[in-house]
Amino acid sequence: MKAAILVFPGSNREGDVAQAIELVTGRKPAMVWHGDGDFEKTDLIVIPGGFSYGDYLRCGAMAAQSPVMAEVKKRAAQGVPVLAICNGFQIAAEAGLLPGVLMRNAHLKFVCSDVHLKVETSQSLFTNRYQAGQVIKVPVAHAEGNYFADADTLKRIEDRGQVAFRYCAPDGTVNGIGNPNGSIQNIAGVFNEAKTVMGLMPHPENAVEAMFGGVDGKPLFEGLVEALS
Amino acid sequence: MKARVHVTLKNGVLDPQGKAIGHSLNRLGFPEVGDVRQGKFIELELAETDKAKAKARLEDMCKKLLANTVIENYSIELVG
Repeated sequence: MKAAILVFPGSNREGDVAQAIELVTGRKPAMVWHGDGDFEKTDLIVIPGGFSYGDYLRCGAMAAQSPVMAEVKKRAAQGVPVLAICNGFQIAAEAGLLPGVLMRNAHLKFVCSDVHLKVETSQSLFTNRYQAGQVIKVPVAHAEGNYFADADTLKRIEDRGQVAFRYCAPDGTVNGIGNPNGSIQNIAGVFNEAKTVMGLMPHPENAVEAMFGGVDGKPLFEGLVEALS
Repeated sequence: MKARVHVTLKNGVLDPQGKAIGHSLNRLGFPEVGDVRQGKFIELELAETDKAKAKARLEDMCKKLLANTVIENYSIELVG
């Protein structure tokens, strides 16, 4: 599996996700600068976390309009898988690749901790190594992760099974206690309609080695390798 | 020509920052303050003299970048 990782001014998790991908593929991913309108063809595009363009105007708003994102939109439309993590999720939502928007956390605080996620489906490129209903533990680090979509959009994504992960309690109960940011219906990650684009606020790339607190994020990357190699 | 754009959260969209501002004002001795909604104010200089054209271009700017219409409304005001 060949992967490309986008790099914007202010990205800061591109190295983490590059390491995670190298760990499971043995290949270094290509790093692609935001000003590049064209880049080599890859099996996967990753939009990493960080604070692109200093979060000016709205998180991800400026990056969504960058030259590289015009190309990403084109390739996503052709079916090239896109994994959008944290600020990447905000960028993908702003770019219209994913439904909804990420707003300021309901409690207005930056949240940096481990969270539990309930895997909603194993029927996707990104989640095929998990079981539906499985609870995994991964970290979050964000101030704007409060997922919101209007009632019609919410109904549509729920009906079509486009929710990938929900915040939950350690025992898998989806309730307010497990929700770190006020996300509507505890949504932590969503797919596009074709399930070829996935965005999530938590950082699976920071849960791939036991000595750093857990390996629950690793199956996400292993599943991608299996599906895309 | 100068333009002023106001971007505000749509009704029904939770505004925790507005709420925090309201609470602070209440605590500071302004008990008359009820619901507070906060937004953004953007002032732009335009190299355009035709008001209708400027308005149409600004609409486009709002939709493409200045506002996220999933959660925000915008209003445009042309000055001089």
